[in-house]
Amino acid sequence: MKLKGADILMHCLQREGVEVVFGYPGGAVLPIYDALYDSPIKHILVRHEQGAVHAADGYARASGKVGVCLATSGPGATNLVTGIATANMDSVPLVCLTGQVASTLIGKDAFQEADITGISLPITKHGYQVQRTEDVERIIKEAFFVARTNRPGPVLVDLPKDVMAREIDFEANDAEVKIRSYRVMKGVNSGQIIAAAEAINKAQRPVIYAGGGVIASNAAEELRQMAEKCRIPVTTTLMGMGAFPGTSYLSLGMLGMHGTRYANYAIGECDVLIAVGVRFDDRVTGKLETFAPHARVIHIDIDAAEIGKNTAAHIPIVGEAREALQALLPRLKTQLELTEWHQIIAKWKDEFPLRYGSPSEGRIMPQHIVETIYDLTRGDAIITTEVGQNQMWAAQYYFYNEPRSFISSGGLGTMGYGFPAAIGAKLACPEKTVFDIAGDGSIQMNIQELGTAMQYKIPVIICILNNQYLGMVRQWQELFHQGRYSYTDMSHQPDFVKLAEAYGAVGMRVNRTEDVREALQEAMQVTDRPVIIDFWVEREAGVYPMVPPGESILNMLGGDLNE
Amino acid sequence: MSKHIIAVTVENLPGVLTRVTTLIRRRGYNIDSLAVGATEDPSVSRMTVVVEGDDIIIEQVTKQLYKLIDVIKVVDLTKEHLVERELVLIKVKADHNVRPDIVQIVDIFRARIVDIGRTSLIVEATGDKRKIDALEDAFRPFGILELVRTGKVAMVRGTGEDNRRK
Ligand SMILES: Cc1cc2nc3c(=O)[nH]c(=O)nc-3n(C[C@H](O)[C@H](O)[C@H](O)COP(=O)(O)OP(=O)(O)OC[C@H]3O[C@@H](n4cnc5c(N)ncnc54)[C@H](O)[C@@H]3O)c2cc1C
Ligand SMILES: Cc1ncc(C[n+]2csc(CCOP(=O)(O)OP(=O)(O)O)c2C)c(N)n1
Repeated sequence: MKLKGADILMHCLQREGVEVVFGYPGGAVLPIYDALYDSPIKHILVRHEQGAVHAADGYARASGKVGVCLATSGPGATNLVTGIATANMDSVPLVCLTGQVASTLIGKDAFQEADITGISLPITKHGYQVQRTEDVERIIKEAFFVARTNRPGPVLVDLPKDVMAREIDFEANDAEVKIRSYRVMKGVNSGQIIAAAEAINKAQRPVIYAGGGVIASNAAEELRQMAEKCRIPVTTTLMGMGAFPGTSYLSLGMLGMHGTRYANYAIGECDVLIAVGVRFDDRVTGKLETFAPHARVIHIDIDAAEIGKNTAAHIPIVGEAREALQALLPRLKTQLELTEWHQIIAKWKDEFPLRYGSPSEGRIMPQHIVETIYDLTRGDAIITTEVGQNQMWAAQYYFYNEPRSFISSGGLGTMGYGFPAAIGAKLACPEKTVFDIAGDGSIQMNIQELGTAMQYKIPVIICILNNQYLGMVRQWQELFHQGRYSYTDMSHQPDFVKLAEAYGAVGMRVNRTEDVREALQEAMQVTDRPVIIDFWVEREAGVYPMVPPGESILNMLGGDLNE
Repeated sequence: MSKHIIAVTVENLPGVLTRVTTLIRRRGYNIDSLAVGATEDPSVSRMTVVVEGDDIIIEQVTKQLYKLIDVIKVVDLTKEHLVERELVLIKVKADHNVRPDIVQIVDIFRARIVDIGRTSLIVEATGDKRKIDALEDAFRPFGILELVRTGKVAMVRGTGEDNRRK
């Protein structure tokens, strides 16, 4: 069969099960857009390429599938960079397709030429530039395979225009991908499993520290079985929200810089730490020497390089979290004798609950808004976040009971992530209500995607926790720079209600606590367009508890009833 | 902190060298030298990287390199019995009156003169680092005009495992 490179590309995407591509056209991708015109694959035309890559990322996190975005050469490709780095830090499987100038022009500073394979090298799991139309099929197959297997990550495929336009004799090859230097992890070391089981069975103060790897590995069910079987308390990272039911009596909520006091204290006191799919990030550990100082550390991770990267593990287990937990489960004793440990934790929970004050006139406590969203949805929704205080309150004041219900840029902390990610998540899970919990600063970074959500009738609800500050930075200035609010006041802002309306979306403004619930309920009734709710929140509300940077996670500010 | 010789076997594909060096730069590892070349299998190249670091750093370098998709194998050769070699070209100032002295040094070090100019000679030598350092020291008094070293390459003696240092 005679096919153009771009048609082969479409064929390959379909074979990978791709339903939707987020993209933006341009000269170098004209052949690809021409092929898309007749393809059953849905294309979402975004308003900025950053929106495309974040939407593909949100789609991937919500569905567990590989997200796909497409941009033209040069500025189109470079506009993807922040989104690629975001996905890379959070181990999200993406295939990012970029157009490139014709292969004969590469290296000549041709119009709209940018070395995107070079630029993206340190922020991708892998990358390709396709040199010949004959290689399109193999490379696309490999790209998806590499993106989704082992530790997932973004893969970039750069597609020169002539390679896409050229016609060749094509016969589909359905052989499995074989890359001699890349093998999919299978199995776990049984000796290590036995050692881990022994340590857990003897533990008196065990804690499970679970993260994004549990979600990536679809291991939430196994994790729950293990925790419940042995009655081990569980704390999750920001990326692990939803890996364990937040409403469980065993849940300690999030740990780390803005974790609960009881989670951090439990880490400080535990004798066995079961770390699953986590990377001992500095936001979690604080000062490393004081992180779980009394514990034997069991570290389960699919990436051998994570073992011992930041801190030593006594019992490393390299492999799929799911396989490791399945292997561990039958070796664990039922209901360890942990009564005393549970009593200690219960006391901490009583003494140091998450709490917040009351608002000034015409303002609402932001935490209350998040709690009300939980109340109305009972957790049956997808929450995406922007970055900053909004993100932390979203993590602290909502119970995530399902994996893939909390979607946030953790590693890179990319402002402007939440809204496009919400669009992607809604397309992946149309039956779910999707909220973007936003800050007034962050939302302005990708607000243009209102156009996209309107065009495709995507009803996501943007809840701006509007403090007219770059709140998280302001908080640091308050605490560590003597209240010198250097360039964090953003009170000059658009009228978000009118802005929404200008796009044809629904806009509301709420500045009284008693109106929060009704506004949210009204927003949840809208089914054909995005909604912005501009919540006027207490301007200087802070995120607490907080571990000052570089300090022990036991030294928390705030959240102590006796303070 | 000690020096480690790491042999990295990679796919012989465009961009692989950049991948390896980008990783080393981005993670902030200290490299002394890096030599790349073909092997007996034309689809495979071999890089010899000399890195300085403690055991934890070297373990990280090894694991992170191994994660690159085009990297086939990473071996820390430091623990093995090795043949290590490096090639150096030295252009040394050589007026007629000092040439005999230079020739003598060349003989002692079993080096070779590969070019004779009016006022300079180019000397080629191979050996391990100590030999090459010594040669450099010996020529310094005459005036070294230019010097280039290839970086180290290394190979495990015999057939491998049985040679592991105890
Ligand atoms: C303003 C701000 C504040 C923050 N504050 C906090 C905070 O207080 N607390 C907090 O926890 N985070 C916080 N974060 C997030 C933090 O920066 C990190 O992103 C997060 O802690 C990392 O989570 P993780 O350890 O679960 O790792 P992830 O980044 O989710 O990495 C997943 C790990 O699992 C492994 N893995 C992947 N797939 C598998 C598999 N199939 N099987 C086994 N293992 C697998 C990977 O190799 C990796 O090691 C904050 C971020 C921002 C922006
Ligand atoms: C793209 C980007 N630029 C800068 C930052 C640094 N930063 C982190 S939080 C923050 C403030 C966010 O303000 P806002 O979106 O209003 O949220 P709030 O903290 O007030 O909830 C800034 C500027 C960032 N994370 N991302």
